[in-house]
Amino acid sequence: MASFWEYANPLKFMRTTERVLPFITFAAVVCFVGGLIWGFFFTPDDYRQGSTVKIFYIHVPSAMMAINIWVMMLVTSLIWIVRRHHVSALAARAAAPIGAVMTLVALITGAIWGQPMWGTWWAWDPRLTSFLILFLFYLGYMALWAAIDDDDTAADLTAVLCLVGSVFALLSRYAVNFWNQGLHQAASLSLDKEENVADVFWYPALVCIAGFVLLFVALVIIRTNTEIRARRMRALMARERQA
Amino acid sequence: MSALLIRDLRLAMRAGGGFGLGLSFFLIVVVLIPFGVGPETALLSKIAPGVLWVAALLACLLSLDRIFALDFEDGSLDLLATSPLPLEGVAAVKALAHWLTTGLPLVLAAPVLGLLMSLPMAGFGPIVLSLLLGTPALSVIGAFGAALTVGIKRGGLLLSLLVLPLYVPTLIFGAEVARRGAEGQDYMTPLLMLAGISAAALALLPFASAAVLRVNLR
Amino acid sequence: MSNLTVARGGLPVLEGVSFALSAGRALVLRGPNGCGKTTLLRTVAGLQPAPVGEISLDREAMAYGAHADGLKATLTVQENLSFWAQAFGTDDVEAAIDSFNLDELRTRTAGTLSAGQKRRLGLARLLVTGRPVWILDEPTVSLDAWSVKLFAEVVRAHLAAGGMALLATHIDLGLEEAEELELAPFKAVSRLGDDFDEAFL
Repeated sequence: MASFWEYANPLKFMRTTERVLPFITFAAVVCFVGGLIWGFFFTPDDYRQGSTVKIFYIHVPSAMMAINIWVMMLVTSLIWIVRRHHVSALAARAAAPIGAVMTLVALITGAIWGQPMWGTWWAWDPRLTSFLILFLFYLGYMALWAAIDDDDTAADLTAVLCLVGSVFALLSRYAVNFWNQGLHQAASLSLDKEENVADVFWYPALVCIAGFVLLFVALVIIRTNTEIRARRMRALMARERQA
Repeated sequence: MSALLIRDLRLAMRAGGGFGLGLSFFLIVVVLIPFGVGPETALLSKIAPGVLWVAALLACLLSLDRIFALDFEDGSLDLLATSPLPLEGVAAVKALAHWLTTGLPLVLAAPVLGLLMSLPMAGFGPIVLSLLLGTPALSVIGAFGAALTVGIKRGGLLLSLLVLPLYVPTLIFGAEVARRGAEGQDYMTPLLMLAGISAAALALLPFASAAVLRVNLR
Repeated sequence: MSNLTVARGGLPVLEGVSFALSAGRALVLRGPNGCGKTTLLRTVAGLQPAPVGEISLDREAMAYGAHADGLKATLTVQENLSFWAQAFGTDDVEAAIDSFNLDELRTRTAGTLSAGQKRRLGLARLLVTGRPVWILDEPTVSLDAWSVKLFAEVVRAHLAAGGMALLATHIDLGLEEAEELELAPFKAVSRLGDDFDEAFL
């Protein structure tokens, strides 16, 4: 059986991912559109919240992705530090802007949802504050990538930043919890879902989450391949100059 | 090691802007606050702990980019990296020098500025204590940020963007100690958390700073 | 040093460089600007990794002297030197001051020195390290003829005491007895760069 690490080779990675990309993109569109239509038009209104509850189908998946993308960047950064696979570093770089957008989407949909529910666009609630801080971490990470010319140096520095940042992000989460007990409800989805959300909402939400995950995978593949090509171009140009 | 510390302190004293700059900035920010929010004593005394902490944090930020950038530019950092001093130690000592020239004066000045902000009597002890425990963490975290951005021209703004999110936990616990103290509540829990953050940052971050410096010198 | 490849910005600049240093000998690396002299010296000094090849010299034995002297403008000549002496755990500042004729400049701050005087101070730093292997990058830039001779004498004394020196330059150092190594033939031409390029091309 072929080793997983074969895909550390950029060319192999590009060849394989480009073959599966159309299927993933198709599945992402189906899940995304299907899940949202199902959620928006074929579920009953909540008895307390009315139809505003339906923003939940965007809010919850984007919030989940915002955190999971950071975790994915942490893992790929670790792989880069330990095994020096360039694709890994480039994938982390490719994922960051998507993560930042997901965080922003979660914050904005949260504000739109919060206004009718809590009567305010923004409150310094622990969950909201944590997401704002996470957004700042994404910005810093992306800015550091953009500021450094040498690719390997940038990969090393951002990987260390991601590691240290993860610890501090976690710490901030607890600090913020300590600082203010807030109005946000507890996590909407968990394994014992009966307690939280009824089945009618649960299934379309699952489809939406799958749509977000697939969308992320497709975007990361496209962006990573772009990064690989850009890097290849820089290498070729540098070689040209040298010759 | 001690030679490096003495050298850095001497440099900070001779070149203007080492000791004085952060302190003056601290003073100016605190003086500006009443102009912004109005001279009402009750309001000022309520926000005093938080204002002092945020102002101290910004004053710390001001001189961070000098920690490594000057040595990087004149080649000293190359020579230090090839000297028998471990780079981890160099990072730690430079953070210590930054604290002695910036953090410590802020701690000492805080009570005076507390008077300006009509800080309640009970708050003076906690604000000094929390700054004393918290500013070392600010210096060490800042040194890590400075090490990250040392090779970047005009990296000052980027440095702020990287370091400020890392400052959040320290700020929250530090300001919480000061606030609870001023309101006469028990502040043991945040104080312990603050001390924990400082201790962990002091113990671990010099290693990250040194790793990052090696990459930047390559 | 055997079969060394050195890289700058992820691209190899020199490859297959082999040479040996022995006690009492100096080796001068020659080559035009941009051929990779500085990169090679930084690699030997351990500041950057060598993608291929081996450096058998102990890093603890080397003293590196770069283009930049690493002087602090607001410290005096004496303070600059004593800092490095303490950093390297030695205390022989006086000998270094004597050898480079810095005695009358001792209490001047480094910022007020001329370019050549600064260079002399930077070179005096090597003496206070007390290390046997000197790695020098363009050591005689901005020195006048008299100082170049002074420098050559110091290097000779160092070699006579069993030291070694690896120097890079494109001008004459006044060290006729030193061996020379022309770097131009080692210019990297190949497609077999470090693993990074191979992976992407």
